[in-house]
Amino acid sequence: MSTDTAVAKLDEVRVETHRIAPDEFTDTIAAVVDDSAVGVELADTVGVSLAETPVAVDPTPAALKAASTGVTRASLCVADYGTLVLPDDDRGTELVSLFVDHHVAVVRASDVVSDMETAFERFDDDLQEAIDGEDPRASRILATGPSATADMGDLVIGAHGPKRVTAVVLEE
Amino acid sequence: MAKRDEYERLIRTEGPTIRENTQGFNQGRYESVARLDDYEALKEEARAIKEDAIERLPDLIDELRESVAENGGTLYVADDAADANEYVREVVADREAERVVKSKSMTTEEIEVNEALEADGVDVVETDLGEWVIQLADEAPSHIVGPAIHKSREGIADLLNDRFGPEPPLETAEELTEFARDQLGDLVESAEVGMTGANFVAADSGTMALVTSEGNARKTVAATDTHIAVAGVEKVVPSVADLSAFVELIGRSGTGQDITSYVSLLTPPVDSPVVDFGDDETPLSEHGNDRDFHLVLIDNGRLAMRDDDQLRETLYCIRCGACSNSCVNFQSVGGHAFGGETYSGGIGTGWEAGVEGLDSAAEFNDFCTGCTRCAPACPVKIDIPWINTVVRDRINRGADPERFDPLVDGLTPDAEGSQTDNSPATTEGGDGRPSLDKRFFGNFETVAKLGSATAPVSNWLADLGPNRWLMERVLGVDRRRELPQFRRETFREWAAGRGVADGVTATGSTDTDSRRVVVYPDLYTNHVQVGRGKATVRVLEALGCDVVVPDVRASGRAPFSQGMVATATDHAEDVVADLEPYVASGHDVVVIEPSDLAMIDREYEKLLGEGDRDALETVAECSYEALEYVYGLLEQTDADQTALVGADDRRDAAADPGVVYHSHCQQRTLGLDGHTVAVLERLGYDVTTTDVECCGMAGSFGYKADYYDVSMDAGAQLREQLDADENRDRVPVASGTSCLEQIDALLSRSPAHPIELLDPTSA
Repeated sequence: MSTDTAVAKLDEVRVETHRIAPDEFTDTIAAVVDDSAVGVELADTVGVSLAETPVAVDPTPAALKAASTGVTRASLCVADYGTLVLPDDDRGTELVSLFVDHHVAVVRASDVVSDMETAFERFDDDLQEAIDGEDPRASRILATGPSATADMGDLVIGAHGPKRVTAVVLEE
Repeated sequence: MAKRDEYERLIRTEGPTIRENTQGFNQGRYESVARLDDYEALKEEARAIKEDAIERLPDLIDELRESVAENGGTLYVADDAADANEYVREVVADREAERVVKSKSMTTEEIEVNEALEADGVDVVETDLGEWVIQLADEAPSHIVGPAIHKSREGIADLLNDRFGPEPPLETAEELTEFARDQLGDLVESAEVGMTGANFVAADSGTMALVTSEGNARKTVAATDTHIAVAGVEKVVPSVADLSAFVELIGRSGTGQDITSYVSLLTPPVDSPVVDFGDDETPLSEHGNDRDFHLVLIDNGRLAMRDDDQLRETLYCIRCGACSNSCVNFQSVGGHAFGGETYSGGIGTGWEAGVEGLDSAAEFNDFCTGCTRCAPACPVKIDIPWINTVVRDRINRGADPERFDPLVDGLTPDAEGSQTDNSPATTEGGDGRPSLDKRFFGNFETVAKLGSATAPVSNWLADLGPNRWLMERVLGVDRRRELPQFRRETFREWAAGRGVADGVTATGSTDTDSRRVVVYPDLYTNHVQVGRGKATVRVLEALGCDVVVPDVRASGRAPFSQGMVATATDHAEDVVADLEPYVASGHDVVVIEPSDLAMIDREYEKLLGEGDRDALETVAECSYEALEYVYGLLEQTDADQTALVGADDRRDAAADPGVVYHSHCQQRTLGLDGHTVAVLERLGYDVTTTDVECCGMAGSFGYKADYYDVSMDAGAQLREQLDADENRDRVPVASGTSCLEQIDALLSRSPAHPIELLDPTSA
């Protein structure tokens, strides 16, 4: 079962994971986020809404910079690696997932794929769709665990990007 | 001896942190690739993609140009560094940028774009923490992946405390990272231009992959509105689907991570809103995303490398650093010694030869001893030792293109230069033939023949103080090394005395049921380590083999190591011609010295022409390392192992402290180290093994005055393992001549070749 593998792998790469039913979403998010949380609306992408949560949706850049938690969707999760695939879109998913200390990624269990090859096939499909549409571009970040560096004399978790990552997996 | 002093200094100052880091990466690689279902198949796939991409490169660049244009970006192919820098400067000037923030890119180091932009008054800021440290310290990267791996935490703390004077002073890695993140964060957010490299670029969509861990590349792109990506032309692959294999391999190969924190798959210009982080009124979704993207692909010698049959493979390199991490010499000195203008480590030779020229490659090429431990580590299966050999050959030959063709040279015993030449020693080569020290080491066959013929006088003379001084001055042989002691009676002469040396009647077997075996009289076994030759014959005979020791020429390993390719080729042709009739008449070939077996199994293929390929294949297929052969006899035939040990209490297994086995580097690359362990265990020995990649002696390397300290630094690690508590009482056992010499120099107890432990007459 890909989701079991994914959860085990996410844990291995230092991502705290919550497997929940959609109706548990509001409570889970409230429990997971810090005081100053911002986010990108999820209703039209993963089917749950941030509206009833403490998360400020579609923040200003200054609010983003002041926030400590950012909530966004992940379009895929690659089970073998514990990788969350983050789309770079015009709503600021990349910014909100990057310019915070704590990133909370929300992904549907049905978007968990087993391996990297499949993830690339899906990305290729997305690109093809983009090419067929008006805009031929599509960008993704394969994010595996928090940012890290070994450049300062020892391994440090939390470099330029988030220090902490939480995954919320929505079971159908 | 300025080089020697510099290497000694680097071993002392940068060596300890470089070793800790590279060995950590290397160990991580072993563990990470072991978690893959089929590592070899993945490497094959990656290799095939690169071969295809380089083959079709001009077409792929055209396709990529269209893809980038359709996406709204611009592709520029720059002929050289100056051309690239001029383009970048124009883009930056058009944007009226005051600051360019950069993520790590070796290609931008190659073209020195920072200096070009700074000359225009632009503030250029490296955002990779290691690269930032190097920029502040005004140093060069010491590793293609970890630019600051030569700096310790204390050294970095001193640097930042001196520069910025934070209170309280920074100390821990966490504090240093937090400080750097804050310093750089503001600079990134207010920069106009972001410059990145590109690990791979897909021609079909214009998508580029950026492999990072810190998140600085993401920020460099997202926080600026003008993205310039600089990459070598060789980074182009046909399609997005091709990226998968590389994404699975690059982190594992480089830093031993299954995958790095971030792999950005960008099809620029990206969609993210362009924001001013001071804006507290406009929500993100209401910001526009008007972004510029420029992909600058650099030729700078690469297309000429593509046309070069020997250097082409270098273009498959994905710059993971595995060849640096797996290299025992790199682990000692790092890229500041083992590197040229830009690139370092094993593959650095290929890059520098192609991009900067032979002079830059010549600065560090001799650090590659051909130990081959990088070869299985390379995710695209580049024969990195061969590239180093080819470049060494070209350096030897200097600028005279005629000499590139061995046929023009004439295949004399020393095809690289005249043996009778009495002109003064040239230590740098470049006059169309190898330097005197290379010719000395490369012609070791002649030295050994003379040495045995005149032993013991040759040994006394060689050891005399004034002669050692002269050897160091003229031939570069370090005085501190004990020289090989030539034996008056060679292995072949001994065998002839026993009536087993008949090299004439290849089919003259006395017993048709016996396995017929040629024991190859390699140079060292024949002239120096005669005892292991005798032991091999006795062991094989005890196991029922019919053994001959014919007159076969030296393998050519010695000249090959010195980059004397024509001479080595001459040896290869003779050895194959000598052995082929034996194999054709049903003999197996047993080779005691692993580096000689590696010549037959691995290197000859590169040296021999089409006409000799069939004979080579026949010989190579039937050639075995000594313990590999014994293993086969014990496992697959009814050979009686009690003929070796056990039945008559030659060895008291219960009281035996066991052995500690150091396998030979090239033997490990051939996958033959396990056979020795298996045989020894089968005979009741308790076996532990070492895990240093190479003993550091590596043929002539450890004898060379310039490299003695480097060799002993590698040796020191081996000594540490051999003298560790669990190994201190064990008999050290090693398969290679060099390893045995090195261990003999390192330890107070004497090492043995494993075949000697099996010798039925030794007890």
